[in-house]
Amino acid sequence: MSHELLRAGVDRRTVLKASLLAGGGLALEVLIPLPASALKAGEQAQAGPAQLSAFVSIASDGTVTIMSKNPEIGQGIKTSLPMIVADELDCDWSQVRIAQADLDQKRYGEQYAGGSTATTRDWLPMRQTGAAARAMLVQAAASKWQVDAGQLSTARGRIHHAASGRSIGYGEVASAAAAVPPPDLASVPLKRPDQFTLIGRPLVGVDSHRIVRGEGIFGVDTRLPGLLYAVYEVAPAHGGRLVKADIESARQSPGVSHVVPIAGNGDADMGLADGVAIVASNWWLANEARSKLRVEWDLSAAKGHSSAVYRSEADAAIAAGPDMHLRIDGDPAAQLASAARRVRARYDYPFIAHAPMEPQNCTARYADGKLEIWAPSQTPQRGLDQLRKVFGIAPEDVTLHLTRAGGGFGRRLMNDYMMQVTAIARAIPGVPIQLMWSRQDDIRRDYYRPGGWHSFEAGIGADGELRAFTDHFVTFGDGKTTARAAGFNTAMPPAGLIEHLRYSQSMIPTVVTTGALRAPGSNALCFASQSFLDEVAVAAGTDLPHLMLRMLGARREVAPPPGGSVVFDTGRARDVIERVVQTSAWSEKPAAPRRAKGFAFYFSHRGYFAEVVEASVAGEKIVVHKVWVAGDIGGQIVNPMGAENQVRGAVIDGLAQALAGQAIEFVDGAVQQSNFNDFQLARMPATPEIEIAWVRPDKPPTGLGEPALPPVIPALTNAIYAATGKRIRSLPVRVA
Amino acid sequence: MRYRLDINGAIREVDVPPEMPLLWVLRGELGLVGTKYGCGAGLCGACTVHVDGAALRSCQLPVGRVGQAKIHTIEHIGSTEAGARLQEAWLRIDVMQCGYCQAGQIMSACALLGQKAQPSDAEINSAMAGNICRCGCYNRIRSAIRIAAGMDEEGSHVA
Repeated sequence: MSHELLRAGVDRRTVLKASLLAGGGLALEVLIPLPASALKAGEQAQAGPAQLSAFVSIASDGTVTIMSKNPEIGQGIKTSLPMIVADELDCDWSQVRIAQADLDQKRYGEQYAGGSTATTRDWLPMRQTGAAARAMLVQAAASKWQVDAGQLSTARGRIHHAASGRSIGYGEVASAAAAVPPPDLASVPLKRPDQFTLIGRPLVGVDSHRIVRGEGIFGVDTRLPGLLYAVYEVAPAHGGRLVKADIESARQSPGVSHVVPIAGNGDADMGLADGVAIVASNWWLANEARSKLRVEWDLSAAKGHSSAVYRSEADAAIAAGPDMHLRIDGDPAAQLASAARRVRARYDYPFIAHAPMEPQNCTARYADGKLEIWAPSQTPQRGLDQLRKVFGIAPEDVTLHLTRAGGGFGRRLMNDYMMQVTAIARAIPGVPIQLMWSRQDDIRRDYYRPGGWHSFEAGIGADGELRAFTDHFVTFGDGKTTARAAGFNTAMPPAGLIEHLRYSQSMIPTVVTTGALRAPGSNALCFASQSFLDEVAVAAGTDLPHLMLRMLGARREVAPPPGGSVVFDTGRARDVIERVVQTSAWSEKPAAPRRAKGFAFYFSHRGYFAEVVEASVAGEKIVVHKVWVAGDIGGQIVNPMGAENQVRGAVIDGLAQALAGQAIEFVDGAVQQSNFNDFQLARMPATPEIEIAWVRPDKPPTGLGEPALPPVIPALTNAIYAATGKRIRSLPVRVA
Repeated sequence: MRYRLDINGAIREVDVPPEMPLLWVLRGELGLVGTKYGCGAGLCGACTVHVDGAALRSCQLPVGRVGQAKIHTIEHIGSTEAGARLQEAWLRIDVMQCGYCQAGQIMSACALLGQKAQPSDAEINSAMAGNICRCGCYNRIRSAIRIAAGMDEEGSHVA
């Protein structure tokens, strides 16, 4: 893993350019190259004019301004990446101002919030940037004082010369530093971890002060002179097309200024579905006018796309056997045939929605061929690419501002709202338009975490060892390719840990749009596989943590399967398992009847997490009393304040998926749920105590938005089994 | 219809249909965007405001029924003693993740402290059950309320 990080920081040659800041000071452009795949042929990463959008600037009054390049969706990146820069710069956090960058990947490198990738990718470039700026300031002071730079030290934004007792603030040498040749980033000296002054310190989020005062910093808070508000009515079933629309009475509704039928492009991934936009002076007036629309939809594409039909198709697919094998190690069939004991079980889970608290929205103004957008998107660059594909708008004609997003969870990886508002804004040029979906829209037009079915079998030897493991996964797809976020992970444990294993797959078609939801490819697979392995452990006369430890064996690196890139370190897995066994006092069983602990482990998004849930069951009521988490995301927790929040949030999110009854169901492509009454989220009374322990090996830090979520669900279902003897093989949990 | 509303200590005039929920008067007519839309059905608490001191869901309150009531929103809450303590507590332990629901959380918490200076955990859970935090900041919301109430984070009273 360290090699991969080194490549990102050194081989790709992050480049610095320095210039004089307007009004005096140092402006540093940092060009963090995009991976070659993100640049068009013949295109090169280039710096635009420095100054206003310099990545790091130091004004002559000592104020350090650091651009936050990535979308902030609640993961805390707007605080944590600047912390890394500021630490190596060796300035005081109170000197630092953070500004949100607009989309400009040629300038800032990847601007993306997804896959818990930013800390992994940006850790080294951010450190090098801060260290280089510090080195230039030091050099400027050395020249001023006519001493060797090696005799100078820095602390809290000042440069000191111990021999003469002189010191000077960064701001006072910032202009001179602009003339210092930037150092080679690959060789600029970095701090030792014991020299960090900010990294590892719990710091309050940079926007928190504004949030508690109710300042308008989210996408829906965007206010522009002359702003009008829009809703977008689409077909009541997925894949529906507009046949004809009678818009007259909606147009005459109070406050309504425009009603605009819009032809979609038929590509659900692009997100511009057929629909009718209603634009009004107030969002509520636009939404009220929807009931006056008379629209005829063609819903034929969705006929038969019902949850009940999907279930029977999955049953048939399991009975028919796999369509394809994804991974075969050894000879699992022979090992199963000769096993002393065989365990079989089926597991399934439903579609679920993301339901971030801020509904999908976007603000746009189109005038004279130029488009200006304010978007709470996790993937603004993808949005820019979509604008070109869907509307033929050239990227150079688009200005895209990133707003804070009221939650992401993967929903805002898609840019459907951006396409829709652009279509509306193009129809009403010169007028800024804010599109916001109602909650019902948001629940019914999601790119859902797809449902899935697993048929597992395990063979246990006479010695109690797991000899063979197979999984027939039934998912959604067209027969060749799985639907978005509906694929399998062939590295799913116990792959790589036992000799004989087979992972297979069948697909059933769907018109429903699917997509990544927090810990995609892990959230559901972990529930199914770790719950089934708990069954295996019981059958083998042991428990899951000890079965996992036996399978993990000696400390070693397990190579990724073909196509994969992430090495799995069995030693790091062992360490988090052993830690949570200790912190949860795993071997001590709760004395109360129908109260027990359950365990699960998962490796996802480069993070190692082992979790224990203590739950009790009384009738149909399940109470989670406490959750213990042991996690390893590398040697440095950049901002423990945010990190612990991410872990708690992931645990609470996972528990709600299992216990709040979350399931999205379809009847002929129409979503049956619509709001927080029938799609429930976690609420405070159900929130358990959550105890977090970090295991911190000497490894580079990795991301935390996702990896803490997957284990909590099977840890819960395994606790329910231990408490009641009832296996939970289907989500959401029902114990009645 | 024209209405004169007493909002955050000032009279604000608006001309809107009587059925328009207060939420959309605040956000769309008065530029007070701190109060958030989450569900439009009184299910999530993101739009919580104070109406004569009581925490109400502004998405369920038609402007025609507001009358002379004194409306306080998150933009004003820092000028109340309990509100300022809550804001300070929120920042001390950095409660929030995305932050979208926090205005509603603080408004509900403030109304709770107005009724009970040092609420028990059960009272906190009960008063806050109508406010959803999708990011799952509940442990810290509970702790921040305790801190603002002069109790320690774990719930016992500070001596």
